[in-house]
Amino acid sequence: MIAFLRKRVIASAIAVLIVTVIVFVLARIQGDPRTLYIDEDMSQETYDALGKELGLDRPIYYQYLVFIGKVATGDLGVSIHQRRPVADIVIERLPATLKLAAAGFLFSIVIGVPMGILSAVTRGSAWDVAGRTFAVLGHSLPSFWVGIMAIFVFSVQLGWLPTFGDGGLDHYILPSIALGWAAAGGQMRLVRSAMLETLDSQYVVLARAKGVSQRNVIFRHALRNALLAPLTFAGLTLGSLITGAIIIETVFAWPGLGLLAINSVVSSDYAILQGVMIVITVFYIGTSLLVDVIYGWVDPRIRYD
Amino acid sequence: MTRADHAQIAAVRTEVPRRERTGWSASLRRIFRSYPVFSIAILAILIFGAVAATWIAPHPATHGELRDRHAPPAFLVGEGDHFLGADSIGRDIYSRMLFGARVSLLVAAGTILIAGAFGTFLGLISGWYGGWIDEAIMRLVDAMNAIPVVLLALVLAVALGPSFALLIGVLSLGQWPAFARQVRAETLSLRNRDYVQLARVAGASTGRILLRHILPGVFSTVMVVATNQVGTVILAEAGLSFLGVGVPPPTPSLGGMISDGRLYLTDAWWISAFPGMAIALTVLALVFIGDWLRDRLDPTLRQLE
Repeated sequence: MIAFLRKRVIASAIAVLIVTVIVFVLARIQGDPRTLYIDEDMSQETYDALGKELGLDRPIYYQYLVFIGKVATGDLGVSIHQRRPVADIVIERLPATLKLAAAGFLFSIVIGVPMGILSAVTRGSAWDVAGRTFAVLGHSLPSFWVGIMAIFVFSVQLGWLPTFGDGGLDHYILPSIALGWAAAGGQMRLVRSAMLETLDSQYVVLARAKGVSQRNVIFRHALRNALLAPLTFAGLTLGSLITGAIIIETVFAWPGLGLLAINSVVSSDYAILQGVMIVITVFYIGTSLLVDVIYGWVDPRIRYD
Repeated sequence: MTRADHAQIAAVRTEVPRRERTGWSASLRRIFRSYPVFSIAILAILIFGAVAATWIAPHPATHGELRDRHAPPAFLVGEGDHFLGADSIGRDIYSRMLFGARVSLLVAAGTILIAGAFGTFLGLISGWYGGWIDEAIMRLVDAMNAIPVVLLALVLAVALGPSFALLIGVLSLGQWPAFARQVRAETLSLRNRDYVQLARVAGASTGRILLRHILPGVFSTVMVVATNQVGTVILAEAGLSFLGVGVPPPTPSLGGMISDGRLYLTDAWWISAFPGMAIALTVLALVFIGDWLRDRLDPTLRQLE
């Protein structure tokens, strides 16, 4: 368990290092940060003094460490356009993205798991074919296109559901399907193959031989063990859902970090983009570490790996 | 020869069709049963369209006649010379899709080549040397999983301006870990085979062993991973183009076309609908070909599913 966690922590640290270095280097490529403050009357002395104040006379690695220090204390710089601290703006938008990702996650579990069970139990039937078609489509259709087509059919043509924005529960239906379909398909396939494997195992054969009913075999013997694999997958899904939300947010004008990032691309607001990038990376890494700890606790096999 | 080799040979042998029927219908049936004919046909049409776009496109891709604005698909209404309709400035959807497919395929091919070469190289090194080199490369692979590539693409596009090279670079960054992980696993199992040990005893250099003895052994794995990842790359490219950070306009891209059509859903649904279908069909075809290749080339991978 300790060795397993150590590996994950090292990988996470490398990821944070890569992301911060890229973001930092790109910020420097953008130009001298002093240009923001310069006006025509500025003397050379004030210019140099400003450089000193911003730490530009120090070596580059020192500047990077200062940058990391600031990020660690929650200082993500100031947005040029909104003239507000980036950290405030990002924190404001974070809940909307998390709610959307959670809705997509919920969809993937609520649809994917039962579908996987049904497919495995009725292997080869029409249910099974339908389930597998659902899974392969989720993997192949571009999520943003599904979103747009869903808006066209259910909002524009039929007028059943709202087209955009955050709001009541009905606002969640289309975005969570567009976002969660791929993950639901992945879940379905994993649950299906895990179920098939356990249904073939000796303890299930024994249970059947003892006369346990089909329902009890499925829910008490097979399902319990079959659910471990999809649980592992759930952790990976969370990450892809958070990044997937960036695209889905632009489709549904969902006021989260993704829309913020896209608007910052349009207005070339680098400070905000950098903030979103760092926050999402840290958030993603935090969640997957947490999920890993939970697995170790749920499944002893991981602990002794 | 080890037991695994015999098992592999046995697995391949059982796949050879045993029935010896003659005649056209029988051999046709056999071809349809043992090859993903429809998927290969779809992919062939797509590749042909993309390569021949310059000659077969009925209209120019980058400019149109304003009087053709939102012309409906000719195959639906039975009149007009825009087979799949025209967009909001009168450009022919079908012609733009041909050129868009060209971009998708170029980006996908470039990404898979770069990511495949880099990932295979690191995977070979990692599996062959083991120890701290393996540890370092594998932690890097884990770390890459935690980096949101979509956001990275946005940040890079704002800092450096969107370009073809940048697009391929970012996508490769997200793709090489898949190759490295699989190739490493395969290298580990090949490393202690008799023929490799014999080459070693015979005094072959490490470079020669890796190139002449291990690389051919992992090649089928690389092919399987490549086929599976092409679909992912096409979807990712479409997503980035949709967000406006793909190949810069006026070059048409399928993702960009879907984005163009969003604003005109009520008047001209075809602007978004057809490019999305093209992406979906391509990825679906690749999924089926990938599954078939995996079963065909690498019986050991089948157990992973």
